[in-house]
Amino acid sequence: METTTIEPPLQALPTAKEKRYDRQLRLWGAPGQRALEETHLLLINSSPGVAAVETLKNLVLPGVGQFSILDPAVVEEADLGVNFFLEDESLGKFRAEETVKYLMELNPDVQGHAIKEPLETFITKDKVFTPYTLILVAAPIDPTILATIRKHAEALHIPLFYLHCVGYHSHFSIQLPPAFPIVDTHPDPTATTDLRVLKPWPALQEFAREQTHAMDKMSGHDKAHIPYICLLLHYLEQWRNDHNGTVPDSYKQKQEFRDSYVRKGSPDEENFDEACAAVLKSLISPTAPSALRDIFNAPEAMELTATSPPFWFIANAISQFYTKHGGLPLPGAVPDMKAQSADYIRLQNIYKTKAREDCAEVVATVRELEKSTGRGSKLAIIEKEVENFCKGAAHIHLVRGRPLQIVLPDLPVTFGDRAKAMVFELTNPESLIGEYIAFLAWDEFVATHTTSSSVKGGKGLRVPGNNDAEFEADKEKMVGIAHKIVDGILNEAGERIEDPEYTEIKDGIEKICVELVRAGGGELHNIASLTGGLIAQEVIKVITKQYVPVDNTCLFDGVASRSYVLRV
Amino acid sequence: MAVTMQAVAGAPTVNGEGPNRSRWKYLDRILLRPGGYTDEDYDPETPISNIEAAKILVIGAGGLGCEILKNLALSGFKNIDVIDMDTIDVSNLNRQFLFRQKDVGKSKASVAADFVMKRVPGCNINAHVCKIQDMDEDYYMQFTIVVCGLDSIEARRWMNATLVGMVDMENPDSLKPLIDGGTEGFKGQSRVIFPTMTSCIECQLDMHAPRAAVPLCTLATIPRQPQHCIEWAHIIKWEEQRKDIVLDTDDPEHITWLYQTALSRAQEFNISGVTYSMTQGVVKNIIPAIASTNAIIAASCCNEAFKIVTSSAPFLGNPEQNNYMLYTGDSGVYTYTFEHQKKDDCPVCGNLPKDLAVNPELTLGELVESFAERPESQLKKPNMRTEEKTLYYSAPESLRQQTEPNLKRKLSEMLVDGEEMAVSDPAFQIDFRYKRDCGGVRGELNESWLVCIAIGVLG
Repeated sequence: METTTIEPPLQALPTAKEKRYDRQLRLWGAPGQRALEETHLLLINSSPGVAAVETLKNLVLPGVGQFSILDPAVVEEADLGVNFFLEDESLGKFRAEETVKYLMELNPDVQGHAIKEPLETFITKDKVFTPYTLILVAAPIDPTILATIRKHAEALHIPLFYLHCVGYHSHFSIQLPPAFPIVDTHPDPTATTDLRVLKPWPALQEFAREQTHAMDKMSGHDKAHIPYICLLLHYLEQWRNDHNGTVPDSYKQKQEFRDSYVRKGSPDEENFDEACAAVLKSLISPTAPSALRDIFNAPEAMELTATSPPFWFIANAISQFYTKHGGLPLPGAVPDMKAQSADYIRLQNIYKTKAREDCAEVVATVRELEKSTGRGSKLAIIEKEVENFCKGAAHIHLVRGRPLQIVLPDLPVTFGDRAKAMVFELTNPESLIGEYIAFLAWDEFVATHTTSSSVKGGKGLRVPGNNDAEFEADKEKMVGIAHKIVDGILNEAGERIEDPEYTEIKDGIEKICVELVRAGGGELHNIASLTGGLIAQEVIKVITKQYVPVDNTCLFDGVASRSYVLRV
Repeated sequence: MAVTMQAVAGAPTVNGEGPNRSRWKYLDRILLRPGGYTDEDYDPETPISNIEAAKILVIGAGGLGCEILKNLALSGFKNIDVIDMDTIDVSNLNRQFLFRQKDVGKSKASVAADFVMKRVPGCNINAHVCKIQDMDEDYYMQFTIVVCGLDSIEARRWMNATLVGMVDMENPDSLKPLIDGGTEGFKGQSRVIFPTMTSCIECQLDMHAPRAAVPLCTLATIPRQPQHCIEWAHIIKWEEQRKDIVLDTDDPEHITWLYQTALSRAQEFNISGVTYSMTQGVVKNIIPAIASTNAIIAASCCNEAFKIVTSSAPFLGNPEQNNYMLYTGDSGVYTYTFEHQKKDDCPVCGNLPKDLAVNPELTLGELVESFAERPESQLKKPNMRTEEKTLYYSAPESLRQQTEPNLKRKLSEMLVDGEEMAVSDPAFQIDFRYKRDCGGVRGELNESWLVCIAIGVLG
């Protein structure tokens, strides 16, 4: 008797994979997951540090496609105190191999590979980085090798992450390609509501009139269910009649409109309350934010070629749309509001239809551009991509990737066009630029105290504070280098900071330097784990091209428990 | 300083225990040296023995709990207890990294404890598969610090109130720092509470506003969103058609039934967007969760625990200092670390009644409903009384029946302006902060959580 229960359509029931990944698919969806699964990540690790291993843990769990760890070292006992992905039986075995083995236990769908070759020889091989989609480098590293990696990453347009994790402090910088656009930025839903009440199109105005024309004769129930958008449009018509066809523009006028035209409703008329609450945020013209106008005016958008990435074709088409209509394509979403079901659905459809029309116009322009640039049909831009762009146009983000800053021996640290901005950071008490400078000093220390282990008598990488005999001397050296960098910034920018501020800045940096030397290159597991969380999150954003990644340097201070993002 | 150096280089001899600490080379290096922020009298000898002696209680062995256990073990802690009554579900495996497919259905606390003990020899973890409410004060009294990685506000409030209630000014050991983490998608927070000394979870309740509920009449008559159709199936239709079956949100057949019921209602109203996944999300109140955010928040909590125990750097939660870190990672990386102020009228750690402005025309029933929605109270089954009389009790049944007629009465009929009213909720069964001097008898009002609310009648 009960055998006839209707089964839901097959595609609706979650697969095993969807069940496993349910909690993350709710954030980045199937396209994000696909991008993650197509990724092959390379980690270059030359120290016992595990911030990068913890990063991998947070990427293996959600199902990154493949990862490789380059690390020629053999497991020592001290590794067991920091690395959760080793066991006592790992002692004496290759650290990369053992770590890969235990990381792979986390997710049977992920492939891991160990590279036990020394970095010096690895990077000399031809096309050695082509299999990878993202590179992660953990400090310390020979800076000349890091420079080589940077060069390859730039040429191949592979995102490159460089990180430090020392004692209570950590840092990472991201080198992205020079143009890194993100369409799906996931803005807050309240920020994306775009109702066009100031510029209603005929269908919307018509609907509002229909809903409101007999307002005074309506039953209380019906009046209390007029969608608030219609109320706003209705009272805006009244306002226009009273104000020579203009709309409330200034803050004061909007307040007046709200208090004298819309007015609060009776206790049952929540729709009037909704209308009042929406006045200030809905009575806005659909202008493009400056970040989007920068995209419109970018050389890549202005000078399209047959092989330009689709992003720039769509940007150009939307720019044309914007110029023609004085507004962006309508996103088309309608927030929930008090209304009868049928009325609400009709209203939703009015917005959806207009959004589709706007999008169709942009698609047509894209097709014209494809034709005029001679773009082949194989490269035809997918309509869905145009649709996504139209929906999120106001929140589209473009990161202009900058090359990673590398401290080379015998060369002063310079900031170029960012020098003046760095001076400002130095005077901002919220900024953690002091920590960044301390890490630059740390890198300079490594660069000037390292002798290649391949050279006879070479000791390999030496980090400050790694032996007790030189603890005090290393502190002094580190502070000296860091203070030199501060003065270098001021010189480069041609600015001065007067005392007592100048001394305070230097004292603050000295404290961080002392902390870095104290750790002797060692990590605190908590800070490594936290940093691994931050970096994994940023890797996911970069891979999925969703949400907004750090541009371009992030610092964490585990003493004060706070982070800071710096554009270097 | 010279002593410090030797201790690093030579064989470990902390407190004469003498086990080999070469595993902890990097940790010890930091602890045995003074840093840029340590006190002048920083004694490198004590941190390691403090860590080894400390007993940490971890509440929750889920997304945060797995990370917390790993972090504490790799911070050198040796004595840990973990409480979690939950079992492992397949949807946990994308972040709860101590669990494997074969563990699905087993206890989270036990599997997590066994795994960490195997990976980090020398660390002892006791797993308790039970509710926090099953443990008594004597149990909680043995710990140095409590670290919470929970997904329920109710459990946090219970733990917080219990720890506040345990504070005995005569006994410094009775003050247990509470470190609490929480995440949702790319966002999270970690906070440190020194019960009675700094702002507590109850003081901070307004940081988590309850979600606005959809009015029942919308669900019943004018649905507009796919979620409305799902809630209709969930709240109204299930009761109507399957009231003899207890809804199990983990039973695919139940979710399928709700999904189909919601789908046909949505079709009737031309509403699009009802999916199986959304149905599951709405009825289970699923919050997106990822490994990276859990790693960040759990590590922040453990970092604070580590600093408190070792004094190796300043920690959050010192009175008049920052005690709260808010984290947002969806746009760049952003933290806001600040001092949340203790509230004098906090029902748990304050001593002043809270002013509550109400419309005297409101009925008691309407006030009861509002307690569930007010961000600062969030009480679902409030009991209310004044010094003089009982106003309403939601349980036991006899008392409920007796007081039910009051729900229809106006506040102005029952209270005078400025009168104090006590509100409690059986979900937060904790001590009223009251102690007798003799014999340690405490908690005479043990059955209730007491909010003193001075009613200010308007108009």
